[in-house]
Amino acid sequence: MKNQLITLNINGEDMDLVVAPTDLLVEVLRKKAHLTGTKKGCGQGDCGACTVIIDGKAVLSCLTLAIACQGKKITTIEGIADRKTGEMNPIQKAFLNHGAVQCGYCTPGMILSSYALLCENPHPTRQEIRRALSGNLCRCTGYILILDAVEACAAEGGVL
Amino acid sequence: MGMNKTFEVSNRYHDYKDYTREYTEVGRSIPRLDGPLKVTGKQQYTGDLSLPRMCYAKILRSPHAHAKIKNIDYSKALEMDGVLDVLTGKDFPIDYGIVAHSANEEVLARDKVRMWGEPVAAVCALTEEIAEAALDLIDVEYELLPVVTDARKSEQFANETGVLIHEDKPGNIAHQGSQEYGDVDSILAETEANGGVVVEGEFYSCQYHQSFIEPQAALADYDVNKNKLHLWATCQVPHYTHQQLAKVLQMPMKDIRITVPLLGGGFGGKGVATTADFITSKFSSRIGRPVKCVYERSEVFAQGQGHHPAFMKFRQGFDKDGHITAVDFKEIMVAGAYMSWGVVVLFYTASMTHLPYVTPAAKFAGKLIYTNTQTCGAHRGLGGAQPRFAMEIMMDMAAEKLGMNPLQIRLLNAVESGHTCRSMMYVPHSEYKKALATAAKNCDFENKVGKLPFGKGIGMSGGYYISGTSYTLYLSYKPHTVAMVKIEGENNVVLYCGATDIGQGADMVMAQMAAETLGVRSEDVKVESRDTETTTFDLGTFASRVTYATGWAIRRACEAANQKLFPVAAAIMGCRGQEVGVKDYQFYSIYERKRKNVDWHEVVDQYIQANGPLVTTGQFTPPRRKGIQQGGNIGHSPTFGFTCQIAEVTVDLYTGNVHVDKITEAGDLGQPINPMSCEGQVHGSIQMGMGHALLEEMRYADDGRLLNPSFHDYKLVGTMDIPEIDTEIVESYDPSSPYGAKESGEGPIQPTPSAIFNAVYDAIGFRCMEEPLTQEKVLNYLKSVGKNL
Repeated sequence: MKNQLITLNINGEDMDLVVAPTDLLVEVLRKKAHLTGTKKGCGQGDCGACTVIIDGKAVLSCLTLAIACQGKKITTIEGIADRKTGEMNPIQKAFLNHGAVQCGYCTPGMILSSYALLCENPHPTRQEIRRALSGNLCRCTGYILILDAVEACAAEGGVL
Repeated sequence: MGMNKTFEVSNRYHDYKDYTREYTEVGRSIPRLDGPLKVTGKQQYTGDLSLPRMCYAKILRSPHAHAKIKNIDYSKALEMDGVLDVLTGKDFPIDYGIVAHSANEEVLARDKVRMWGEPVAAVCALTEEIAEAALDLIDVEYELLPVVTDARKSEQFANETGVLIHEDKPGNIAHQGSQEYGDVDSILAETEANGGVVVEGEFYSCQYHQSFIEPQAALADYDVNKNKLHLWATCQVPHYTHQQLAKVLQMPMKDIRITVPLLGGGFGGKGVATTADFITSKFSSRIGRPVKCVYERSEVFAQGQGHHPAFMKFRQGFDKDGHITAVDFKEIMVAGAYMSWGVVVLFYTASMTHLPYVTPAAKFAGKLIYTNTQTCGAHRGLGGAQPRFAMEIMMDMAAEKLGMNPLQIRLLNAVESGHTCRSMMYVPHSEYKKALATAAKNCDFENKVGKLPFGKGIGMSGGYYISGTSYTLYLSYKPHTVAMVKIEGENNVVLYCGATDIGQGADMVMAQMAAETLGVRSEDVKVESRDTETTTFDLGTFASRVTYATGWAIRRACEAANQKLFPVAAAIMGCRGQEVGVKDYQFYSIYERKRKNVDWHEVVDQYIQANGPLVTTGQFTPPRRKGIQQGGNIGHSPTFGFTCQIAEVTVDLYTGNVHVDKITEAGDLGQPINPMSCEGQVHGSIQMGMGHALLEEMRYADDGRLLNPSFHDYKLVGTMDIPEIDTEIVESYDPSSPYGAKESGEGPIQPTPSAIFNAVYDAIGFRCMEEPLTQEKVLNYLKSVGKNL
């Protein structure tokens, strides 16, 4: 199958990219847009490390074809800080300050799943947070401090 | 209490802190220094790196678990557009392995494969997609051999079929070991004769995998003009990999540099060199371009290096008052297809039976057996998790027979500071009793155990782990770790240390320890680590050694710097050098701080203007202990951390599902350097331990195929499963440790499975002795006693 030129809107910017119809979004983001903040942990939709936000929903970029994302708004971990100043988003600060980060490999996916949750539901219960993050695996933290970080972020004014 | 250790060092500079413990940097829960990079996606892991002209490598793996390789035809693959090179076993005549004496791993299989997923060839191509497509064009002709996956049958299999997994290992026995400390058989007979009890059981600790989220990766850049190799790798023991690369590639060590970007988890699984390290290096040297290889998740499982499964037969004696009299331990341990860390783990399991309880006599007989399954390696809690699982269940069995409660029998036997084991291992410091009592109090254990309604249960377990190891596999007598401190005006403080941050936060802890002694802020200390060329030597991240070992090296390097700076400060302040203290960027007289003090930068400037930059080093090697024999030196450690965990569970009587409601933990980890980080280590250990108890097991078909090499079929504990966790760091300070600290990342994984197993016994009376405690096993038990709903 031939490569084709597509335009993806990533973190508010249009990017022209040459992709094969079979290319997965995670590979295009990492190799062609050079946004390596999106991680690949399993490539099979099990671990959630590749989570990005597409039109407001947390989506697994390892199960998403890049060509299917034309005309949509893609947000990666590089795109949630303040666009002008580069200051971290409150959810990023919350993860940092609550010890919710250890090795950091699941962190971008965890943060984006949390961000999508808090955009949709600014005051989630702990159970709702658990459910929203149930597709994101972490092997270091035992999750508790991650749940604490999301709760604290919601209590302190949310992500927007 | 073994307090004499404190006073031995009392005449040196700066030691007033040992008495006052007036720490300002140690003990601070500062967010990790690499955190901002990690939460913004800027942190580059090995798989994220790219270099100009970079190519990609992919590995062809065997679909068979045991087969001779008759022929490999890769001519079609080489012809494919975009394919640059192909490697097979012929290109790697030299074996590798972490234990040099028993190294038998082949980079690419030469004459036969011994496990499913074993690498047989590798392709280098312009893109990952082309490399992957080219793998399909390689034709490998196999002649299948009979397969053995059950270690208990492996010896008999070898004798009956005449087929050996390794030709030089009759009976498929990789190693045998025995230890005997005291006349255990006689003591156990006497124990029973004198009204005590002997409990026995057959236990199985299953094969689980570290399952770090970052797959292994390697990027090699070989400079063909200078004949120098630079490898970036996901490795927690870069200096060991350095030695092995030199051996396999037949290059001088000085021409090889290994840089480890931050790791996305390791837990021991990255404590070996990988196929990717070798093939990327070889490809790069042959084609003169940088080459990267990143594993798929199935390859992470194929590389193996998980926990060594063990079939364990135990007998343990208790006198009529509940004191342990002797332990008899027979073990068949599964090596998998190759040796890796195997022989070390075998002896660790033996050593680990001597603690955390006073054990007057112990006997061990173990065999490490080859099977056609994934090679096992160094899993978090190495060698401790197997016996601990069995022995904490036996503590409960003994308590029941003696009419004691689980807390009483543990308190009665728990070791205290200054304990010498029968094997001559020495425990300088222990607050284990405090940990037991604290955990029990925090969840009201004694009022719950044995008193909850059917289906609800509570279970206790204890654990401990070494904090560093006196035993090294590195073929050299040099110091185990070296730290170097550089102080100069422009860069403030730079700390060089070769220890590897695998996600646990070693870089931050090292900065905190340096800052404490130098009197500066942790956030201002630059840490240069994880590079075999630009930092100092360190054995690596394993055996929970980093905080203790590098702590001493760092403290000594920083004290050496202070020895240069204190006289300068004293001269400015008008006091004696011995009475200078330093804290918060200020030198001061420890007797009259308000009147006599001077800014840190002023002193440093004066020193540098006269002498140039201040560079000092410090080093540490754990003292060896005389009189340890029979292999008991494997397992000896400068100190030990202790922990107690209590699990509360609800068993679903319809489905057999075990729901963990709460884990209460109390730990003796000495002085926490960063309490928030320690809490994270404990939580993470519990998450893993829960998986081992209930979910995780690598399973094989009869033909040796690994059945669940994915997170779809190998389940991890997720956010919906994790219970409420209550942790408490008990008041503790180890005077033998540079800042009073002990391990916190491997002890806490030991008690979780047995605490859950003991809780299930308390809930429904099911004394299960094999991991994992699946829904199926629980339901079958409930049906067998007619208690299912």
